[in-house]
Amino acid sequence: MSILAVMEQRGGIWNRMSFETLAAARQLARELDTTASAAVLGQSIGPLAAELAAKRLEKVYAVEHALLQNYTPDAYTIALRQLVELAKPFLVLFPHTYQVRDFLPKLAASLGKVAVSDAISHRVDHGELVLARQLFQGRVGMDARFAGDAPHFASLQAGAYQPDQLGPDGAPHPAATVERFAPRISPSDIRTRPLGLFRESQRTLDLGAAEIIVSVGRGIQEAGNIPLIEKLVEALGAELGASRPICDAGWLPNERQVGSSGQTVAPKMYMAIGISGAIQHLVGMKASRTVVAINRDPNAPIFEVADYGIVGDLFQVVPALVEALQEPKWQTRPAGPRRKIRSPGPGKDSQSCTRV
Amino acid sequence: MKIVVAIKQVPARDSQLSIASSRKWIEEADLSYEINEPDAYALETGLQLKEAHGGEVVALGAGPARVAQALREALAKGADRAIHIEEEDHGALDPLGTARLLAAALRSEAPDLVLTGLESDDLGYGQTGAMLAELLGLPHASIVMHVEKLDGGIRVKCELEDGWFQYVEMPLPALLTIQSGISELRYATLMGIKKARTKEVRRVTAADLGVAGPEGAPAASVTIDRIYFPEHTKRTQVFEGNPREAAAQLVEKLRFEARII
Repeated sequence: MSILAVMEQRGGIWNRMSFETLAAARQLARELDTTASAAVLGQSIGPLAAELAAKRLEKVYAVEHALLQNYTPDAYTIALRQLVELAKPFLVLFPHTYQVRDFLPKLAASLGKVAVSDAISHRVDHGELVLARQLFQGRVGMDARFAGDAPHFASLQAGAYQPDQLGPDGAPHPAATVERFAPRISPSDIRTRPLGLFRESQRTLDLGAAEIIVSVGRGIQEAGNIPLIEKLVEALGAELGASRPICDAGWLPNERQVGSSGQTVAPKMYMAIGISGAIQHLVGMKASRTVVAINRDPNAPIFEVADYGIVGDLFQVVPALVEALQEPKWQTRPAGPRRKIRSPGPGKDSQSCTRV
Repeated sequence: MKIVVAIKQVPARDSQLSIASSRKWIEEADLSYEINEPDAYALETGLQLKEAHGGEVVALGAGPARVAQALREALAKGADRAIHIEEEDHGALDPLGTARLLAAALRSEAPDLVLTGLESDDLGYGQTGAMLAELLGLPHASIVMHVEKLDGGIRVKCELEDGWFQYVEMPLPALLTIQSGISELRYATLMGIKKARTKEVRRVTAADLGVAGPEGAPAASVTIDRIYFPEHTKRTQVFEGNPREAAAQLVEKLRFEARII
């Protein structure tokens, strides 16, 4: 029944989502009364494996091979299949990264399985694991169960679990055993040739530094309407952001894109205008301190993460907002405690599911 | 180049969804459907490759009779012919079930390149493409932004996180999952729509392909317990009604409650 977290690294640097997966693996292991282990794949990964050994795990698998140095779906699938045969986990957990999206379906299919991809929370129902994920771009929820024999596979959405602080909780935990595993991979197994990583252009805009971001989405309808939003940006002293479709259409440059393929931001205020709130966008902004959503559709997922919302036509609301902002501020403000800065906790969904 | 584009038909983006009484899927009765958006970009990529290098584009879809409409649209945009794997109860098909059907239809086609969108807008598993590659024994790349033909293979530009990209080269035949929004989508012309009526749509069933249908297929490894509208757990203060009043209320809250402005 053990749980195996597969960590992601590139060039010896962790993908930090891996530690969310590690925390989830340990939490699930506790709740299912089993053990958690972790695996890391690559070449010369001794230091990474040693780091994991201190993380209160049963075992750490260091899966090492020269052909794992640069990621390919072929080599990763072969190596992980062999690891799964060796470790015989009940459940293998992955962070839902772009790399995992590339190889996990191949791995699962090779074992006749479907992975529960992009899961956001879990609960244990009479000893059985139920994972929640989203359908229809976050508009509908789905609870999934595994059927048939282990191993089962799942990937976890960014931010769905919070990496543990391994605080003191009694007796020190002995370091996990590191088991080195050399998978059998031959160069002819690898059919794709990955070349170097690159960025399109030097990013000149760091949205991460902005205190207020006003972002615009599909609701703006056409490029010619963007100046409407720019007026609000100016009135708030904000930085202008956008959802993916706006940048894809070339209405705003890519450097203004917020979301999984753009920038991840956590400003004091994030105002989403005409953005429905697809998962890919939410992961890029849901840690913002205050989220304001303006959208026609009261059921848009963006309202799930919003503190304040206006349901209405942005073409009427935004000019009204600009006008309201330009009215002189009151000289004296009502006294009151400063609002505490909320830490970017686990997605609200992880809490909602345990309440179900 | 012989290119197959696997297309899924999904409820139109702005559909009002309701949960079916089974609580296993949505109510399909009154929905209108469209081509899954990333698949529309896969089709566009296929058509552009054909225009540049010649060959044939075959649209492939699985699902009930309504899927024929999506395939006709692909033909109207320029696909040469279509294959419709007619199966009821598509909503219950998981990505591996779908990939098995598509793989069975593709074995006799032996395409040079198989394209599909990176994920569906309904189930959103994002697995069918890479699963299909595994079942067909093809190399693959995902979240592809651009495809360039080389001698004996292709070079593709893949999207990674945080604005990073990577080129990957591979021999043909291969499978690619295409990112949404990578180019301008073409509209079907009147001439295209007219021509589409005469193009071949081959209808096959799972049984024709020698694959068990949803009833006889290997047991699914993931089952849908229930589907539901997410409970609203964050307390959102929503201002409705007159835009001026709503805007004024919001500004007041931002000033005196959130103290941001």
